[in-house]
Amino acid sequence: MESTAHDFKSNVDSALANPNLQDSLAMLKVGFSERRRLAAERLPEFEVLRDRARDIKNHALANLDFYLEEFERKVIGLGGHVHWAPTAADARRIITDLCKSVGARTVAKSKSMVAEEIALNEHLEKAGIAPIETDLGEYIIQLRNEPPSHIIAPAVHLTKDQVADTFLEHHGPLGFTKRLTERNDLVAEARYVLRQKFLDADVGLTGANFLVAETGSSMLVTNEGNADLSNTLPKMHIVLATIEKVIPTLEDAAVLLRVLARSATGQESSAYTTLNTGPKRDGDLDGPSAYHVVILDNGRSSVLGTEMQEILRCIRCGACMNHCPVYGAIGGHAYGWVYPGPIGAVLTPQLIGVEEAGNLPNASTFCGRCESVCPVRIPLPKLMRHWREREFERHLTPKAVRQGLALWSFFARRPKLYRRLTGLANRVLSLFGRAQGRYDALPLAGGWTRFRDFPAPQAGGTFHAQWARHGGTRTRP
Amino acid sequence: MSDTESSARSHILNGIRRSLQRGPLTGEARHAVEGRLAAPPRGPDVARARLAQPEKIALFCQWAETNNATVARVAAGDVAGEVTAYLARNNLPARAVMAPSPLLDGYDWESQKMLSLRRGRGEGSDQVSITGAFAAIAETGTLVMASGPDHPVTLNLLPDTHIVVLREADIVGGYEDVWARLRERYGKNLMPRTVNTITGPSRTGDIEQAMELGAHGPRRMHIVVVRE
Ligand code: SF4
Repeated sequence: MESTAHDFKSNVDSALANPNLQDSLAMLKVGFSERRRLAAERLPEFEVLRDRARDIKNHALANLDFYLEEFERKVIGLGGHVHWAPTAADARRIITDLCKSVGARTVAKSKSMVAEEIALNEHLEKAGIAPIETDLGEYIIQLRNEPPSHIIAPAVHLTKDQVADTFLEHHGPLGFTKRLTERNDLVAEARYVLRQKFLDADVGLTGANFLVAETGSSMLVTNEGNADLSNTLPKMHIVLATIEKVIPTLEDAAVLLRVLARSATGQESSAYTTLNTGPKRDGDLDGPSAYHVVILDNGRSSVLGTEMQEILRCIRCGACMNHCPVYGAIGGHAYGWVYPGPIGAVLTPQLIGVEEAGNLPNASTFCGRCESVCPVRIPLPKLMRHWREREFERHLTPKAVRQGLALWSFFARRPKLYRRLTGLANRVLSLFGRAQGRYDALPLAGGWTRFRDFPAPQAGGTFHAQWARHGGTRTRP
Repeated sequence: MSDTESSARSHILNGIRRSLQRGPLTGEARHAVEGRLAAPPRGPDVARARLAQPEKIALFCQWAETNNATVARVAAGDVAGEVTAYLARNNLPARAVMAPSPLLDGYDWESQKMLSLRRGRGEGSDQVSITGAFAAIAETGTLVMASGPDHPVTLNLLPDTHIVVLREADIVGGYEDVWARLRERYGKNLMPRTVNTITGPSRTGDIEQAMELGAHGPRRMHIVVVRE
């Protein structure tokens, strides 16, 4: 996917001005996040499980080479194949070749963020192979030619009415000429249209939530059942997964599953959790005759051992974006690439470069909600700060910010001058703004006042002045 | 493996080792991870996965219903009758495709003169399927289906209505109990092609985050729990 992360500012402007998007985002607060809270409350062991989930992922990362080799050995032992892809281009080539080897014309795809990351669909199309997104949300945005706006609910930016219009436009030629108004009718129509595509597909392509080294299984967590149709009906099943998805054992999977669905959608368990291990066995009446796992690195191995390593624990639950006030205001598309929200703010500069995505780590109020809900306890604010520092060091921070900071540090290092100046500013702002209590425009602060008012200081002087008046002293340790 | 593939493989594995500042695991370190694989440590105990059998059964039924399945508890002699009655109650045709499983064949289907059964895998046109279950998890009301000649995966997915016949003795507490059963049945480290764990009918929250049933898999799931 072509990144527009460098255009973050203008992306944000258009997001804030998009009424449909704002309606959809308003539902986030009462949707996923409230349900997550209730689910966590229902399970007394939830916090202990989060600690263990973090430890399991740390252990897996510290022994990643070992577990990947172990996983490979098991897959091969059961008649499957493992392909190693250092880069996105390698993965695209391997998958396209596999599809061609069975003369595939269509590929039934189950939602995969990694496939988005490597822009697989465009490449398959160029090779004359039609990728069909089968997850309802992915299907909707594929019809609309849009990227996903959320890692577990790709069409969360759309309202029901927008979906109805999209279906009428694309299903009309298939004979569905009535504009639907109910959600369940929309779901039923998509089910009907996609069912035939499943039955006709030559290859099924899925991602993986986990790869289990102990058994050589890929594990998929979904609600719709589309991933299961993708791995059962076509004659070839391809799993695309990145290196950090491997975990040691089924017991570890149990811990991670207990925190994943609850953090993501607030469900006790997703409707389908599936372990796939190799191709169809002797005597099986269904299932693919070929099973391939493509293991992609795409820059992740070089994150190991660095201060950013913790990001590799991510199990892509989406909780951080569901709880992020910035995501809640601008939605996913504004982030400009595949991964939005706090996880995107940290991961995107890593994967496509801080030059391109340096703005994203600034899209944070540092309220810390993301870290407080992350099931594997990734310190997202700390990692965002890391990028801000890198950005500053490399002189990528916008000029206005740099000059402003330089000016501020000049005064901050001269306390007397600083106090005199802020005292003066305080009196002036207080004098002119007292009647209204706020400013809706201020010279040099247009960026602030364009979207919100600036409060007029109340009488009583600056914080420093009040502190001194109340006999405040600095406590010494 | 071709030359390019094997060099891609070592490229990734060596990259990982370089970042971790070590070579391939050897000696003590290797021994430790091998030991962890051979005897997997259990996660923190979840109290609700550790109940006595009667409470386990009740908890399973409760969560299954919360997750939009329907449940009937019957004696073995009434399984076939319950299936016919369920189809009639829901205005569904008395026609189903059933998993070719000796266990299911043990119920008295002959008694249901109106019910027509086909045994085999699921097809796109099937409306109702009947399968057994390898196990069920009380903790979340989840069914566990292990694929094999006696349980085609398509039966779990293609029909609109999925009827599952579950023996009380196959209801276990948590995931860990299912893994133990799988290891016992298939051998350590061996798995059937597919293990589907299924919690209620298929659903989607993709339009305005509101859960709708019957996205791609069954819209209805009826669980017939067979009393011992
Ligand atoms: S960073 Fe944490 S909260 Fe965000 S998607 Fe990853 S696991 Fe979930």
